[in-house]
Amino acid sequence: MRIRKMKKSFKRSLWAFHINTGSCNACDIEILATLMPRYDAERFGIKLVGTPRHADVLLVTGPVTEKIRDKVIRVYEQVPDPKLVIVIGGCGSTTGVYQESYAVTGPVDNCIPVDVFIPGCPPRPEAILYGVARAWEKLEKIMKEGSKNAS
Amino acid sequence: MQWLIYIFLIPMVVLIGGGIIGLYAKGVDRKFAAYYQSRIGPPLRQPFYDIGKLMQKQTIIPENAVGWIFSGAPFVALASSVILLVYILVPYFAWIGDFNFFFSKSGDIILILYLLMIPSIALVAGGFASGSPYATLGAQREMVILMSTELPLAVTAVTFAWRLSHVAPGASHFSLVTMSFHPLWSGMGPFGILGGMLLALSIAVVIPAELAKIPFDQAEAETEIAEGLLAEYSGKYLAFYQIADGVKSLAVISLAVILFFPNGFVQMTGYRIAPAGYDITLLLDVVIFMVKVFLVYFVSVTTVRIAMARLKISQVAKLFLVTITVMCLAGYVLITLDPVIRTL
Ligand code: SF4
Repeated sequence: MRIRKMKKSFKRSLWAFHINTGSCNACDIEILATLMPRYDAERFGIKLVGTPRHADVLLVTGPVTEKIRDKVIRVYEQVPDPKLVIVIGGCGSTTGVYQESYAVTGPVDNCIPVDVFIPGCPPRPEAILYGVARAWEKLEKIMKEGSKNAS
Repeated sequence: MQWLIYIFLIPMVVLIGGGIIGLYAKGVDRKFAAYYQSRIGPPLRQPFYDIGKLMQKQTIIPENAVGWIFSGAPFVALASSVILLVYILVPYFAWIGDFNFFFSKSGDIILILYLLMIPSIALVAGGFASGSPYATLGAQREMVILMSTELPLAVTAVTFAWRLSHVAPGASHFSLVTMSFHPLWSGMGPFGILGGMLLALSIAVVIPAELAKIPFDQAEAETEIAEGLLAEYSGKYLAFYQIADGVKSLAVISLAVILFFPNGFVQMTGYRIAPAGYDITLLLDVVIFMVKVFLVYFVSVTTVRIAMARLKISQVAKLFLVTITVMCLAGYVLITLDPVIRTL
């Protein structure tokens, strides 16, 4: 019962913290486009928050540069459990156009565990919404397994 | 004995009812904001989903926070908001419904002005205690806003009390019930009406500042100082702050409604509605009151927050300490002059 209620609350309210780890800014604009009137992610309760402490989801854009690596890990640790990480854009998933750059340490899953990758350079807002839907599915699975382990 | 029951029961009822209505008001606010931007917007129950989710999340107390202040502040904020709402609403409805009991004698406006500060002070204490530079910055800004809105509120309270001492010499002049018994607009000349309008306008500007909504949300600026005061709060404590915010917005807007538009159904029409012997006028009054509250919320919070951007903190201090205070004082002078001019 508790799990079902929890799923419902999470499904209807997902607060996202956006962290840019060296992207070209196109993906960030695409995230904003998802919140704009045409796609209106707020009708699903998705909202951008200003601090990792309030977040349920980390939206990471960009390849991880040398300078920001430690900060990404720190921000990830600041997010209260249960949490999800969504990587938006090709360069966060595979380093994309930035591969072999001297400043880049590799894709995001080199430093923090990632739940959903959304490829595209930049991905369309539909793709981002689809990725969030997959993240919800994953959250459900995590919580089912959690309840099994608990019982 | 009966008093004890009132003292325990009424705050409970107000906590639950005020929490629910306050959260729904937040949902309505978000919905209308979405309409303004031609979006569909979240469902009206969105704040409840948010609270439900926050309750189930991990609650982190930062290592370098002062633990007991950090975790005590949300409860103080919630409790003081509820007490504020009790002192504002219960005497009013006791007056409207013609009950005569313990609470109908209370509701002193000076007390309410002080109670109004306590949720903000709790926020400030929590912000300073959370050990984050962002929260400290937010707390300092909240202090500035708190101090600069005091003056217009005090001038407004004094104006009302002065007018009551003139209109109803025998009554207790600082009590909210007396204020709703003699509405500001009744028996006023054009000067008085103008002064009243100035006061209403300045209170309409003070409301978003009290509720920390754009353009006065410097203390909680998301994009600028990472949610400021609330930067370190997570999980349950954040949920308590959200409920406290809902209750406080209800309280502040009810105060504005009671000061400026206090008339209930009986005062407006002169009839009581009692089909089949049951007097449902009080029910109707509650509905009318809620409509007024939502209208004021819509005009002075939602519309303003969509139409404006965040001001700088120095601009806020200047706005309240100079412009709004001068407006309030002008209203005060006009209202005091009104009876003099009419006797000429
Ligand atoms: S995926 Fe493409 S568009 Fe997105 S940040 Fe990387 S380079 Fe820019």
